[in-house]
This record gives sequence, structure tokens and C-alpha cells, in this order.
Amino acid sequence: MLSNAWIIPAIPAVSFFLVLFFGKRLPLRGAEIGITAVGASFVLSVVAVFQWIDRVDNATGHSEGLRALGRGIFSAATGHGDAAVQPVVSSITWWQNGLVKFAVGTRVDGLVVMMLFVVTLISLLVHVYSVAYMREEVRFTHYYAMLSLFTASMLLLVVADNTLVLLVGWEGVGLCSFALIGHFWEEKPNSDAALKAFLTTRTGDIGLMIGIIITFFAAGSFDIAKINAYALSGGANHALLLAGAVCLFIGIIGKSGQFPLHTWLPDAMAGPTPVSALIHAATMVVAGVYLGARMYPVFFKGFSIAAGGVNFMALIGGITIVIGALLAFVQRDIKKVLAYSTISQIGYMIMALGVGAWSAAVFHLFTHAFFKALLFLGAGSVSFSGSHHSFDMKSDMGGLRKPMPITFWTFIIGSLALAGIFPFAGFWSKDEILVTAGKDGYTAFLVVGLVGAFLTAAYMTRCIYLTFFGEYRGHGHPHESEPLITVPLIILAFFSVVAGFINAAPLGLEKFKDWIEPTVQFPHLLHPAFDTPKAIISVAVATLGIGVAAYFWFRREATGPLHGLTERNSLARAGYVFLEKKYYLDVLYENIIVAGIKGSIARGTYWFDQHVIDKVVNSLGGGAKRAGRFVYDTVDQKVVDAAVNDIAEVTGETGGLLRYVQSGRVQRYALLLFAAVGLLALAILVFNI
Amino acid sequence: MGLNQFLILSAFLFCTGIYGVLARKNAVLVLMSIELMLNAVNINLIAFSAFRTAVAGQVFALFVITIAAAEVGVGLAIVLLIYRNERTSDLDDVDQLKG
Repeated sequence: MLSNAWIIPAIPAVSFFLVLFFGKRLPLRGAEIGITAVGASFVLSVVAVFQWIDRVDNATGHSEGLRALGRGIFSAATGHGDAAVQPVVSSITWWQNGLVKFAVGTRVDGLVVMMLFVVTLISLLVHVYSVAYMREEVRFTHYYAMLSLFTASMLLLVVADNTLVLLVGWEGVGLCSFALIGHFWEEKPNSDAALKAFLTTRTGDIGLMIGIIITFFAAGSFDIAKINAYALSGGANHALLLAGAVCLFIGIIGKSGQFPLHTWLPDAMAGPTPVSALIHAATMVVAGVYLGARMYPVFFKGFSIAAGGVNFMALIGGITIVIGALLAFVQRDIKKVLAYSTISQIGYMIMALGVGAWSAAVFHLFTHAFFKALLFLGAGSVSFSGSHHSFDMKSDMGGLRKPMPITFWTFIIGSLALAGIFPFAGFWSKDEILVTAGKDGYTAFLVVGLVGAFLTAAYMTRCIYLTFFGEYRGHGHPHESEPLITVPLIILAFFSVVAGFINAAPLGLEKFKDWIEPTVQFPHLLHPAFDTPKAIISVAVATLGIGVAAYFWFRREATGPLHGLTERNSLARAGYVFLEKKYYLDVLYENIIVAGIKGSIARGTYWFDQHVIDKVVNSLGGGAKRAGRFVYDTVDQKVVDAAVNDIAEVTGETGGLLRYVQSGRVQRYALLLFAAVGLLALAILVFNI
Repeated sequence: MGLNQFLILSAFLFCTGIYGVLARKNAVLVLMSIELMLNAVNINLIAFSAFRTAVAGQVFALFVITIAAAEVGVGLAIVLLIYRNERTSDLDDVDQLKG
């Protein structure tokens, strides 16, 4: 399976066409094709995971095949073998232009099999969940077709062995997210949101394309392995690497919703909820982090991450953690809380990459996928069965813990994992990020991470309070959702609890380092040991966040000191408004940048158009007209036309003369004939021929 | 009886035919004049054939008779059609092809 990894994205791609062409006639309207295809991809991905683990264990020499897996996870740490585990590459030449080969192929290593597993698992659960959630939908078949294509694009992006194929998958993901966010396009705000998502990510994609071109000219190849090897080789041009890293990172900013291009992500909540889960957990948004992890040597060397201090990548990640988390406080829409939470969590991953914590970033991507998908699907379950298709926490929810126990408890598990409470999945991955940030001289980012942890715990507490506690404020009849919805929730809750143990350092489990971190074409990274005081601090901070938020929200009936703060204190009020307006970033983009372009710059260009370009065009036109007139009067009329007319006249007159011969009288013709014969005979006689 | 008498007869008939073709107005008479010319030629062919003991001339004459029959058949049919359409067989009135 490792060398035939192309099959995994190919299956959902074929499913896309099958669903599109035949889906409507089937009893489940195409859902069965999509589920079967993604299920097949999931099985193959699991096979690939086992084969990869087998390969690593064989290379490091302490295993006898798949049976070692069970022991591998639960046995004591085996230590990272020094043996290099080569990725499995299979590639064909697409076309060749001179000496440059353009290849299509797959490159499978630990990171890839992990992504394959996560993407196909989340996608499969979303497919199943959608059968119930989208049942009433008119364009049900179309929805499933796009889901399949979405999954296929992401899988293609994951297995790609060169930047061109990666770009194809990347754009495919963008296109499908556009179609799915705008699924309810009958309402204008939804199609606007889809357009905004598409155009904002496109802004970043320009950076990505330039980055691909720069790395191509730097390394002389589109092959990711060669680019990475070039970046790590001593002879690499640092300025070129820096430029390439910055441009690629702009692509990541757009795709992964990082500051300042994060504004599309909350608006993308206009799409169906399962799609939001897919976008935030498995496809689309994590694509940026994946790119950062895949081409890590470029960023590592380009941004001089080993040097410590502050770099572009860590800075953007750090800013995003805090601004995303703060914005989550002022949302009424439960999905928007989760959207800003995603922005903030992806910020953690980017920051981790920026401080050199590669496996921590990838680990957080892994755990985040489960609990974020769980939270989104939970929010979908709440709106589906509890709040009558509304997502407004303040007007349509509250008190839902009694009628919806499964949704409530799984949501709690997801929130605890997100907040990083021991022993849930998020604790292990977030802790690893913080530990590495503290070790490598990135202390500032350790602080940022802790602030983020505090805020995360607090806004999730607020979200849970508004949704599940207090009095029911909606007008529906809340009840528990059906098994098609709750079973995916339970599966994801299971992973949200246990997924962290795969890399739980204090228990001696460091499988991410062993299995996933590349051993070839990869910078040497530090792996700081588990730091108990830091872990205690981070859990304490998160607990404090929960406590403060609980005090504020659960006791707001009582007159706590924080109650009504925004009404009493003008500074707090201003801060609230500032957050509610999303730091005025949308205002900046729409009213200043876009309107500026539309207004003054447009007027300027209009003036330039009228007075410079038009003048040039007009004088050119006038000159051309005069020249044309001259040519017409002299050459055309006097030479060409005269010649043509004269020829015609001569022909006409000759014809006029000759027409008298053609009298139409047979006897005159005969006379001419005999006269001619007579003359001929006479000539023969006279000249005696 | 020498060859010349035949040639003179032939020449006389031929000239009669030419006169008929050129001078007569009626299409049927023009056709008959053409027959006269053809027969004048036939007389020539047979005369030479007989006096020079060469059979080829007589064969040619047979051919000419056959072709003349066909020619008269087609010619009379055309004249009949012209008469039916134009109510005349006067060649001076049939001049639609004039330039």
C-alpha cells in the first residue's frame, strides 16, 4: 500500500463522478457510494499505517512485523533508532521540458500515513453523520459528490511527492470548500461567505505559487525531497530560502486561517455543520500546517529557527493564538466560537513549527482533528435536535444537558481535550508544544501559549454554559439525536480521550518521534524531556480559566464583581466592542483596502485612463484615420479602382462588339461556317499546301 | 463513264443543299437540304471507292447513312418541340440565343 498510495485519493475521486452521475437514482441518493468509497480509503489508510510502522520497526531492528504493533504502543520506550527510514517514493515522469522533469508521484512517510488516517477517519465519520444531518436537503447528492471530491483533493495533497501535485490538491481543496461553504447559496450571506473564503485563501495562494517558483529555482526541482535536501545542504542560498519560506508561509496563512487572513474562517460557518467539521479538523485548514511540516527544512533554515529569538512563523502563530481566543468570547453563534477556537489552535501548531517543535505541532494537528471534529459535530447535533436549526447560543439554546445527554457528555470531553486538561488528548500535545517552546529560548512564546490555554479553557466554559446549562431559551422540542449522529460523536470522543497517549512522554510512549518524525532530509531537532512543573502549570492555568469563566457565567445571577462589567466600565465596554468588531479587521479589509481600491485608486486609474491612455489611443486613432483617408482617396480610388473599372470597361466594350456575331440565327452561323470552309479551301488551292 | 460525272453530280447536289440550308426559312426544308448534302458526300465516297477499288469508302457511306438517319430523327424531334412551343417553324423567329 505504501508504494501504491495513489489509490487512496483515487477512490474518492472516482466516487465523485459516480455520485454525480448515478447518485440520484440510488435509494440513499448517492450517500452509499460516498460512504463506501471513503470507507475503502480508510481501510487502505489503516493498512498503510501498519505497513509504515512495520517498516520503521524493521529498520530500527526491534520488531517482527505487525504483531509488534500492540507491544509497540504499550511497551516501554525503545529509544529512537539511528537507522534512517527512507520514505516510500513512487513517481512517474509526467512530461519533460529540456532537462526539467515534471513528475507525478506519491511519497509516503510517517507524516503522510498519519494524515491519511486522520483525513479518511474524519471524512468517513462526517459522511455517515451527514446521512442524518442533511436528510432534508434538496441538493443531497451534490453535497455528497463534493464531499468525496473534497476528501480526494486533501488526500492528493497529502501523498504528493512534488510541489506541483501538492498545488493541484491545494487548489482542489479550496474549490471544494468554496462549493460546500456556499451550499445553501439561496441566501446571499452564504454565497458571500463562500466567495470570501475563496478569495481570501486565493490571496494566500499567490504567495504559495511564488514560493513554489522560488524553491524550484533554488533547488532546481519541484520534488519536495530535493527541495528539503537543498535547504539542508550547506551550499543553500539563505536569501533565496528566506524568500521561499516567506512566500510559502503566506500560502499557509491564507489556508490555515492565520492572522491577518483569518477572517474567512468564521464566515465559512455558513456551510453545513459536517462540512465545518471536515474543514476544521481534517481537510482545508490543516493543509497549511501540513505544508509547513512537509517542507519543514525550508522554513527551518529560511527562518533560522534553530537560532532562537523571534521569527516570522512563531510570531504569526503566537498572535493568532491570542486574537483567535479573545474573539471566541464575544460570539453568540456556537459554531463561530469553535471557528475562532480553530484559528487559535492552528496558531498553536504554527507557533510550534516556528519554535522548532515539529513533532509537537504534528501531534497537536493529530489530536486537534479528533476533538475539533467532535465539537463541531456536537454543535451540529445540538442545532439539529435541540435548537431547531439555529446556532445562536443566547436566543435558542440553554439547558440542553438533560434532553441531550450523549451530545452533552461528548461535548464536555471535546472541550476538556481542547482546554488541555489531563489526561485528555489536547493536554499531551499542547504540553509538548509548551515544553519545547520553553527549552529552545522561545520563552515569550511559552507565555503566549499559557495565555492561550487560559483563554481556551475560559471561552469553552462560556460556550458550554450558554448551550447546556441554565434555562432553555429556544422554541423547539429538544431531544437526543439519532444513532447516525451520536455514534460518530462517541467514536470521536473515544479518540479525544486516548489519542494523546500515543505520545505521552512521561509514560515512555514517544511514538510520534519514533514513527512519524522523518529521519532523512530533516533538521536535527531537540526533544526536551517531559517537564512536570510546566505540565502542572499549564493544567493549573487551564483550570483557572475554567474556574474564572464558571464564576462569571454560572454565578451571574448573583452579583459577582465581574457581573455587568461591560455596562459599568467604559474601558471594558470599549474592549468588548473592539472584540465584537473583530479588531476592525473586516472593516480594514472591506472599507479601507477594498474601498480604497474602489474609490481613490480607482479614480486615479480612471483619470490616468482618461487623460493618458485615452489620449494616446485617441491620437493614435486620429492619425490612423487620416492616414486611412489619404490611402482611400489616392491609392484606392485613383489607382486600384481605376484599374479595375478600366479593365471592366474594355471587357464590356469588346463583348458589345462581339455580341453582333451571336445573332441567334442558325442560318447566319451556317453562312459563316461555309464561308470559312470556302476560304480554307481557297487557301489550300492558292498556296497548294 | 468517268469519275468526273459523279463528282459533278455530287458537287451540284452539295451546292443545292448549301443553298437550301442558307436560304430556306422552314426548319424542315433546312433538314432536307442537309440530307441532300450528306447524300452528295455519299456519292463522292462511293464513286472514289468504286474507281479505286477500295472498300473503305463504301463502309464510310454506310456509316454516314446511319448517322444521317439518327440526325434526322433528333432534328425532326427538335423542330417538332420548337413548333409546339413557339407555334412556328421559321428559323428567323427562333433566335432566343442571340447575344
